[in-house]
Amino acid sequence: MIVNDLAAPSVGHPPATETQPPKLAKKRFLHDAAEHVRDTGHRAFVRKALSGYYASRDVQKARFRDWEHARDAASLAKWSAVNQLDELLPRFVANFEANGGQVHWARDAEEARTIVLDLVRAARAKAIIKSKCMTSEEIHLNAALEAEGYGVVESDLGEFIQQLRGEPPYHFVFPCMHVRRDEISDLFGKHLGTPPTDSPEELTMIARRHMRRLYVDADIGITGANFLVAETGQISITENEGNARLTAALPRVHIAISGIEKVVEHLDDLAVLLPMLATAGAGQPMTCYNTLYAGPRRPGEADGPEEMHLVLLDNSRTAILADPEQRDSLHCIRCGACLNVCPIFKNVGGFTYGTTYQGPIGSVITPHLRGLADWNHLSGASSLCGACTDACPVRIDIAHHLLHNRRNAARTAPNAWERLGHRLFVMVARRPWLFGLGGAVFRRTLPLLKAVRPPLLRDWLASRDLPAAPRQSFRRQWDHRQSQQPAVSREGSA
Amino acid sequence: MSEGAGMSAREVILARIREALRVPAPLPHGLAEESQSQVRQPQQRAAVTTSGAASAGISVAHPSNRLPSLTVLPEEVARPWLPDGGETPAERLRLLIENLGKLRAIVQQVPDLTAASDYLFTIARERDWHRVAWHPHPLVEPLLAGVPCATYRVDAADFDKNALESCDAGITSCEALVAQTGSLLVSSATSGGRALSILPHVHVVVATCDQIVATLADALHAAQARYDGHLPSMLSFITGPSRTGDIERILVLGAHGPKELILILVG
Repeated sequence: MIVNDLAAPSVGHPPATETQPPKLAKKRFLHDAAEHVRDTGHRAFVRKALSGYYASRDVQKARFRDWEHARDAASLAKWSAVNQLDELLPRFVANFEANGGQVHWARDAEEARTIVLDLVRAARAKAIIKSKCMTSEEIHLNAALEAEGYGVVESDLGEFIQQLRGEPPYHFVFPCMHVRRDEISDLFGKHLGTPPTDSPEELTMIARRHMRRLYVDADIGITGANFLVAETGQISITENEGNARLTAALPRVHIAISGIEKVVEHLDDLAVLLPMLATAGAGQPMTCYNTLYAGPRRPGEADGPEEMHLVLLDNSRTAILADPEQRDSLHCIRCGACLNVCPIFKNVGGFTYGTTYQGPIGSVITPHLRGLADWNHLSGASSLCGACTDACPVRIDIAHHLLHNRRNAARTAPNAWERLGHRLFVMVARRPWLFGLGGAVFRRTLPLLKAVRPPLLRDWLASRDLPAAPRQSFRRQWDHRQSQQPAVSREGSA
Repeated sequence: MSEGAGMSAREVILARIREALRVPAPLPHGLAEESQSQVRQPQQRAAVTTSGAASAGISVAHPSNRLPSLTVLPEEVARPWLPDGGETPAERLRLLIENLGKLRAIVQQVPDLTAASDYLFTIARERDWHRVAWHPHPLVEPLLAGVPCATYRVDAADFDKNALESCDAGITSCEALVAQTGSLLVSSATSGGRALSILPHVHVVVATCDQIVATLADALHAAQARYDGHLPSMLSFITGPSRTGDIERILVLGAHGPKELILILVG
């Protein structure tokens, strides 16, 4: 089965669940992006939702005595771990197993799904509760479980809302940030039979009441993992709601799914990474619950699962690892800061990307995970402003990696028209007389171009206007300007 | 190394990792470009300290004869660039209470366990609790004598999640209190297992002032030292009552975990 999460719908569209050929990815992106930028109401809503984040993030960043030093330390901790993965991953696994946990290795999404399905069958599970887990979105686990007849409930409020809507997450940290409260009220009314309300608090309490029995009754709890601590064999899970705590406390079997790149060497590294994740991602001093699990319930402990399983997922992460230039994109701690500051994300919305991981970091890693040929268009989803690089708490050079992907795409599959265009430009630019002639022709024909709108310019002109042509060429203007300056500065600039 | 047909998934993934890491990566963006030549040297054994890393208080060493590992320099263990955790006990107490207040947790300072017991009685009355859950612990047990409602004792021998679910509050001890962030570190060993501190609607923590530490790192180091390599199956930093911002990014307390977090600080 080909893994394909193109099914991400745009706002207002019914969710498409069928898989589509990847060739449509670019076409679809352009279509959805165009549609979204016209939806000013949606853009204003997303902007407003993020405005509180900017304010609280700045307050929390100011509590750091030196945020930039903290970024250095966080990036070095991740860099060190990723570059020693060959030693640290086996060390983590040995310690995790010594704690009584069971490890399962998955080369790709299909293998991961098979592992989880086998565990679910072996446990004779009747009910599955799940806390937020992006790797499970990546491998399309819910669909696989449902196809086998297993009911699975997302317990994170945002994920629960998205599950009821039949949509994937809009933002990998804020899954339903695009949904208005009245839509949620209607959704709960339809699925849970609750009376309408416009209070976010009351809506949250509806989900709380609905979920409580499910935690108690579930046989299996599925979670993700934010960090794997090599030194101690613990997995660390970060969450605000307490749903992951409950998911890993009450069911008989705990299954965690994690990418292989989540390893850190020391427990102590989390003393830096946890507050940075919270501050960069959500403007909090710490996320409400940061929990370390070392295997199943121990003798003498009151509760906890009888079995703890960890699925370690590669799914092309080793392909990113093999690219030293972009290896640092595996440092990502999935805080979502780069999405929150990205002008593209804010204008085209999360679904337009058509990927599990949206925004700038998603645009960097998706071509590695799913093929540069079909996903290189995401490299163009950038204004080159570099806000993502500045926002990244672990100093991933996201903005440049988008350019690296463009370069790599041009190398592996050159566009014949682009190549022809560049050759022509080189030919003209090398001959000053030809360059001057071309400029003169262009200046005179510009009004004509604007009137005729030839196909190559039509898309560009759809939302822009060409300025009036200057009367003189740049070189003529330059010479004129220089002749009026004092001689000293001319020599100085030579 | 090619991926042979007989290789397990584990072998294949580890082989891919080894193969991928044969080419070293430059240091993270923005960190000491001038030292990259040193990091790229596969044979280099001696410790190198990059300027960026040094300013972060971290030395870059090459223990494996191939790739660098990082160790925090001793004088930098305090990590003076993170949020402040306080130098003195008085400062740490002040920071803890200030941070917990911002998180909308309730803090009640009491002189002794008798006063703690009185306070528990009061809040149980105010909130009309019918049943509270607790676990055997020297700080918790003395408080239960006077509660004006039924109690449920969480016990390893006879744990009943349905009984716990019916409780209004869970009363636990904790491992440590973190001044830096206002976090409480609970564990499955000292806080009555995993569910007691998360399933009931209110979580009451009883702790003493000498459990206050400055930083998250201090709390983790203390736990590592206390359990000497046999860490409890769960360690959890609790930072305020359960919360969500999933609906229009508006903060709501009590998403799935406790709506109220009450710290009774003794001494």
